[in-house]
Amino acid sequence: MSILIDKNTKVLVQGLTGKTGTFHTEQALAYHGTQMVGGIHPKKGGENWSGAKGETLPIFSSVAEGRERTGATASVVYVPPAGAADAIIEAIEAEMELIVCITEGIPVMDMVKVKARLDKSKSRLIGPNCPGLVTPDECKIGIMPGSIFRKGSVGVVSRSGTLTYEAVFQTSNEGLGQTTAVGIGGDPVKGTEFIDILEMFLADDATESIIMIGEIGGSAEEDAAQFIKDEAKKGRAKPMAGFIAGRTAPPGRTMGHAGAVISGGKGGAEDKIAAMESAGIKVSPSPARLGKTLVEAIKG
Amino acid sequence: MNIHEYQAKQLLKGFGAPVAEGVAIMSVDEAEGAAKSLPGPLYVVKSQIHAGGRGKGKFKELGPDAKGGVRLAKSVEEAVAHSRDMLGNTLVTKQTGDAGKQVNRLYIEDGADIDRELYLSILVDRTVGQVAFVVSTEGGMDIEAVAEETPEKIITVAIDPDAGVTADDVAKLNAALKLDGDAAEDGKTLFPALYKAFVEKDMSLLEVNPLIVMENGRLRVLDAKVSFDGNALFRHDDIKALRDETEEDAKEIEASKWDLAYVALDGNIGCMVNGAGLAMATMDIIKLYGKEPANFCDVGGGASKEKVAAAFKIITADPRVEGILVNIFGGIMKCDVIAEGVVAAVKEVGLKVPLVVRLEGTNVELGKKILNESGLAITAADDLDDAAKKIVAAIEG
Repeated sequence: MSILIDKNTKVLVQGLTGKTGTFHTEQALAYHGTQMVGGIHPKKGGENWSGAKGETLPIFSSVAEGRERTGATASVVYVPPAGAADAIIEAIEAEMELIVCITEGIPVMDMVKVKARLDKSKSRLIGPNCPGLVTPDECKIGIMPGSIFRKGSVGVVSRSGTLTYEAVFQTSNEGLGQTTAVGIGGDPVKGTEFIDILEMFLADDATESIIMIGEIGGSAEEDAAQFIKDEAKKGRAKPMAGFIAGRTAPPGRTMGHAGAVISGGKGGAEDKIAAMESAGIKVSPSPARLGKTLVEAIKG
Repeated sequence: MNIHEYQAKQLLKGFGAPVAEGVAIMSVDEAEGAAKSLPGPLYVVKSQIHAGGRGKGKFKELGPDAKGGVRLAKSVEEAVAHSRDMLGNTLVTKQTGDAGKQVNRLYIEDGADIDRELYLSILVDRTVGQVAFVVSTEGGMDIEAVAEETPEKIITVAIDPDAGVTADDVAKLNAALKLDGDAAEDGKTLFPALYKAFVEKDMSLLEVNPLIVMENGRLRVLDAKVSFDGNALFRHDDIKALRDETEEDAKEIEASKWDLAYVALDGNIGCMVNGAGLAMATMDIIKLYGKEPANFCDVGGGASKEKVAAAFKIITADPRVEGILVNIFGGIMKCDVIAEGVVAAVKEVGLKVPLVVRLEGTNVELGKKILNESGLAITAADDLDDAAKKIVAAIEG
């Protein structure tokens, strides 16, 4: 099993005709035949998209039309920052079950508007400013490199793209592999938090252990730690390893990700690490030891 | 992006917020004219730097007994004297670090008779994904200390983006700040005005500390600190024009021209990484092995050879850098592009310090080959742990 996506997931691409959308759609099609079923462009509906290797996909003029014609349940957004929020809202209005927004640099106020609509809908948004998600050998949505994945038993959830790669690479090297890896994104206002994904991993039988990678800013890691504690009391627990990036980050400075900032004395790494450890999560001091730390956690 | 207090007040005044009359000056010659243009007889002379704690700050050049960076004057002559004392000197506050900041601008403002000092800020509350007011009756002091000691005195009111600031929200804010009479009437217009400014101008923080109740019972914005969402500046040319580059680190300004995420730090190991999380983790692992990072640098996911070369040059130009660690986990970023950028930069500016490179991911073999064949003194590393150990050993050796 896996969470959120599998080999049956049909995916539309918003922003397919751009350079980024084209490149990653080619990569997804090449990844165990991920079912990319069409692109969206308001003025190019009825045309076809072609990839470098002669792949073709139909283009629809709206998400609603694309959904109706293909039966797609997921949409991935590569639209540039100025138009990305509108693209997400279009996907929400078309009642897509899963919306994955890769775009980095969306104004926070635009995401506040998106969030208000999202909360009143049945759609789940992953991101924005995220690398997407992968269920190994089945489906790849987003920009993660497919070659590092291996089908297996670890659920990976992370606020950082490249640290997700580290976790995936290291668990592959340990022979554990992954059920699904989800990058929830580095923005302050986003669609999905750690708790949402952790709940899915706890409920998924194939997921035997979990890696959670957080970073400075906000309190999502503390909230997740509390959730893990509460669930453990109900008898729901799996071995977990974790990492928090930004122990050395100065307060008040935004560290690349819009959400990675210690402000007003809150959001520092030490508080997060303490909260996670108190919930029984084995926190690795080094990003190079994520895989080994998880192996230790599994052995107990 | 941050702006000065006087710029923030002008902006808020445009949205109808009550602020005092004031004039910004950049030279002592302007001080007398500025003060004379105000009603008087009380003036406040305020240092304009992008850092808090100005009132309690000390000027490096003036000795420990001199007054701070915000001063009261009871005559035009006194205002001029303060201006002469402050302009061009270096103000050290708890937010500037020991180096302090040179005061190049002053704001001379009409004085006010203060009855009560309150705290008000607006920010994006990320736990609910909404804009929220944070208010307290304990204004004029360090709000972090209030949060630490008396958290019950800080009240948060989140605003529904579809409804805006409702009458109910205003009532909550007035009650939280214990406002009545004229002050409560002022609140009815002030709170929606500040919210409108925040949303329309894509602010990331609007802090009024203090918001005062004057002796005549009316509200006034006595200090204002505003930061903007850098991702939204593309739609605000008026805000971009307010940028004061003298307040920023020269290396950071150069990095921003290349759209690099770069933050200057105090250590001596320069880093170049792809991805914000991995870049922070690289800083952390340097610290774990006993050294300090000189910078945060994320070259991003789709950097060109030229952008990589620019980043490398910014890092090597920092005189404090004694060694460089390049850490790349190529996903979208191809390792050969990184290698080409590094080689090009080194050929142009030379390499006077040890360089350790860890490459993993897309096109890793090609990247390693380019580095090997370049003939440069580059130490290759297998993983991040190995890389950190090697760079620390190299600068200690």
